[in-house]
Amino acid sequence: MLDYGSGNLRSAERALERVGADVTVTADPHAALEADGLVVPGVGAFAACMAGLAGVDGPRIIDQRLAGGRPVLGICVGMQVLFELGVEWGERTQGCGQWPGTVEQIKADVLPHMGWNTVRAPAGSTLFAGLDADTRFYFVHSFGVRRWELAESDVLKPPLVTWAHHGEDFVAAVENGALAATQFHPEKSGDAGATVLRNWLRDVVG
Amino acid sequence: MGVAVRVIPCLDVDAGRVVKGVNFVDLRDAGDPVEMARVYDSEGADELTFLDVTASSGGRATMLDVVRRTAEQVFIPLTVGGGVRTTEDVDTLLRAGADKVGINTAAIQRPELLHEASRRFGAQCIVLSVDARKVADGGVPTPSGWEVTTHGGRRGTGIDAVEWAARGQELGVGEILLNSMDADGTRAGFDLEMIEAVRAVVDVPVIASGGAGAVAHFPPAIGAGADAVLAASVFHFGQLRIKDVKDGLRAAHVEVR
Repeated sequence: MLDYGSGNLRSAERALERVGADVTVTADPHAALEADGLVVPGVGAFAACMAGLAGVDGPRIIDQRLAGGRPVLGICVGMQVLFELGVEWGERTQGCGQWPGTVEQIKADVLPHMGWNTVRAPAGSTLFAGLDADTRFYFVHSFGVRRWELAESDVLKPPLVTWAHHGEDFVAAVENGALAATQFHPEKSGDAGATVLRNWLRDVVG
Repeated sequence: MGVAVRVIPCLDVDAGRVVKGVNFVDLRDAGDPVEMARVYDSEGADELTFLDVTASSGGRATMLDVVRRTAEQVFIPLTVGGGVRTTEDVDTLLRAGADKVGINTAAIQRPELLHEASRRFGAQCIVLSVDARKVADGGVPTPSGWEVTTHGGRRGTGIDAVEWAARGQELGVGEILLNSMDADGTRAGFDLEMIEAVRAVVDVPVIASGGAGAVAHFPPAIGAGADAVLAASVFHFGQLRIKDVKDGLRAAHVEVR
């Protein structure tokens, strides 16, 4: 689990251990590169997270891992920073750019979107395997990806995009080869979250 | 389907022990907040709130340990409030494993604290806790008729409670915990009028607190505009179970987990 100064990592660490992972919380680039799976957590502001991530060479670590097919899981703002651009309160911040798209304020009557919501996972999803459609996950965020902008190829298998709805649709999770991410907090989503983490680990192990 | 209404049990914790009595069966230690947190989690609580009522500094260290142990064992969100004075206090609680921190009196004394904490840690983890009551006869009137109190409702501040909630949102808090000191302890139902008045001026989630005594009291609080409901004693004393409250909400066509 990449430690770049983004809040409390204890819950995520314990939640992963609970489903059988051997977790090291580290900012060491070598350890982060060598791990079987890398979790990129994140809470707070996009700009602050991106700055913290850059401070530990996080974007390059993620690039190198993905180039080698090594799994990476982004959580909450750790998912958001994987996109190209973050726009919060008029401030524009470059993200890691693994996917095109903008993280911006969701249009809803009540923000932050705080609480347990359902998601719409596509057929073939690994992360949501074994979970019913009415399963709820814990979200807490005001910003999100409102449009999935990666152009579809006629030949390549497209990434699996899971959506949620609060005021409008936004991306709740992405599964794209070695790169996966969730907008919700699996580590705070009780048994449902544990299933998502277990599914991810199973995928890591192969 | 949309985001579910949250049902949140609150535990008053003094020097690491649950203050109020409980009569749950199959519980090794009902005074242990961690144990109680596990019970509430297993019963379907959507979040947990610990209110630290400890006076001594030694007790505060104990509270941090409670938060730490809870975060390691309970995988639903945890809010901790009580005695939070500085951004350092917020930092310490978040690092111990709290997901959100409730700020009350310190924000009344210095509202900028809300802005500073929100900027540093994100709006999503800063909760403004408002203990409000109708202005007493002979008190200084406020525009809305409700005023913010301190010291568990014993001391009025003359600050308009509805305006204070709106100010809190402006200063960057991500949620309002609205506790009616008039309804608190009465078990006669939530202060619906006050919930409506605050809902009308804020866009952040509102947690209704104070006055819950029966399953039937919860749906009207949601109807008045609350996004979540919080109760302490009715859950502690086992008069209501989380599941009963959720069944009641579901029967009233409110979405719950």
